[in-house]
Amino acid sequence: MGQAHPTPLYDKHVALGAKMVEFAGFVMPLQYTGILDEHVTARETAGIFDLSHMGEIYVSGKGAPAALNRVVTNDVEKLRPEKALYTPMCTPKGGIVDDLLVYRDADEKFLLVVNASNIAKDAEWLRKHLPAAVEVENESLETALIAVQGPQSEAIVGEALGEELSEIEYYEFGFYVLDGVPVRVSRTGYTGEDGFEVYVAAERAGEVWDALYDLTYGVGGVPVGLGARDTLRLEMKYCLYGNDIDETTTPLEAGLGWTVKFDKGDFYGKKPLEKQKQKGITRALSGFVMIDPGVPRPGCGIIDVDGNDLGSVTSGSYSPSLRENIGLGYLARPHDDVGTEILVDIRKKPRLARVVETPFLKLLGGN
Amino acid sequence: MYPEELKYSESHEWARVEDNVVAVGLTHHAQSELGDMVYLELPPEGTEVTAGGEFGVVESVKAASDLYAPLSGKIVEVNQGAADDPALVNRDCYGEGWLVKIELKDPSELENLKTAAEYQEFIGA
Repeated sequence: MGQAHPTPLYDKHVALGAKMVEFAGFVMPLQYTGILDEHVTARETAGIFDLSHMGEIYVSGKGAPAALNRVVTNDVEKLRPEKALYTPMCTPKGGIVDDLLVYRDADEKFLLVVNASNIAKDAEWLRKHLPAAVEVENESLETALIAVQGPQSEAIVGEALGEELSEIEYYEFGFYVLDGVPVRVSRTGYTGEDGFEVYVAAERAGEVWDALYDLTYGVGGVPVGLGARDTLRLEMKYCLYGNDIDETTTPLEAGLGWTVKFDKGDFYGKKPLEKQKQKGITRALSGFVMIDPGVPRPGCGIIDVDGNDLGSVTSGSYSPSLRENIGLGYLARPHDDVGTEILVDIRKKPRLARVVETPFLKLLGGN
Repeated sequence: MYPEELKYSESHEWARVEDNVVAVGLTHHAQSELGDMVYLELPPEGTEVTAGGEFGVVESVKAASDLYAPLSGKIVEVNQGAADDPALVNRDCYGEGWLVKIELKDPSELENLKTAAEYQEFIGA
């Protein structure tokens, strides 16, 4: 597996019989019992995930709120302490450098949680685009992240902490002690289910995993690997960086317009994005369901029924919840209109699909 | 996990000889590597196949994989049950999860396939 990093929980995954794969420079569990079982159990009961590959970068110091607000598109100055938000970070041209969570720990201290594949790029980007007075600390390798998602997650995490968590709202967080280990716990996730994400120092991750795993197992939950993480997020049309969004796509094209706050001060990408909004986007990240058999995969071409090129598939899979084959792709407008029939090229054969409303699944946290 | 009475190809299909007809399926190793099966694209009965040539596709949640004919001949039966419920390939890859039956054109091709022991060595099992 080359120079890839094992996460602090590597031994746990191997002991659980996980199939391990390299992903974004980390050795990660792809699946344990199987993607379908893990997916369905996370939706119906609970799933526990090792997300320690994700990056944690602290941004702090005098002027940090205003400076960070110039770097991301959402409004972090309006964010109250103990709240988090989702935001793209854009290039001056409006392309997406990364999509991330921003936690406000204090007036002038933030935690940015970034994609594993972008940790080094983001840290460099932040150091370059934030003033010298604002400190950027990359704590990614020192920090583990464990998520518990699904209907039983509040009971599991609440019992592990010995706390009543019903008061914590979606995208709120707090600092707690779990079996003597300090943790950050937020009501966030990438599944569309109710759920929590637990951040812990890498050297104490095993203790926290064991406690949460035992409680998850006790209610019939399962560990969930990257395979089901991808099908869970896809059903919600949550974007995957590198597939659905990158520096060649804008938040407006990706359907993330709600995270771009034109009414705040200046920020990287503001002018081109404003212009794109005024003129109207020419393509939109759209969801489709296959009518013909076949699973759409990233890179499959998409044409209209007259054979004109519309775009390509950015994400696609069998949907375990819907039991249909679903996908995302940028479609030239107005072919993104719900109900439009399109053809997806799967193994050199155009196959009929229909543009549908997203998220594919109607759950909490749908955009 | 690799029945002695079967023959195996390097592309991870197994073949069970029943007179002049050979049942073909995916090995335990292949179904385990691919994971949960969700779609089988199998040829119509009557299709002529050649040893080593593609004859269909299996799709799991995470990937599509071509199927290669272990032997030359004519497809005389397709497992509709597995096409309707691809999970059979995971649950019972040597039994109910068989894929097609091929009427053999040249029985001497069987000698090109591996024994169970040779196949296990090949996959490093």
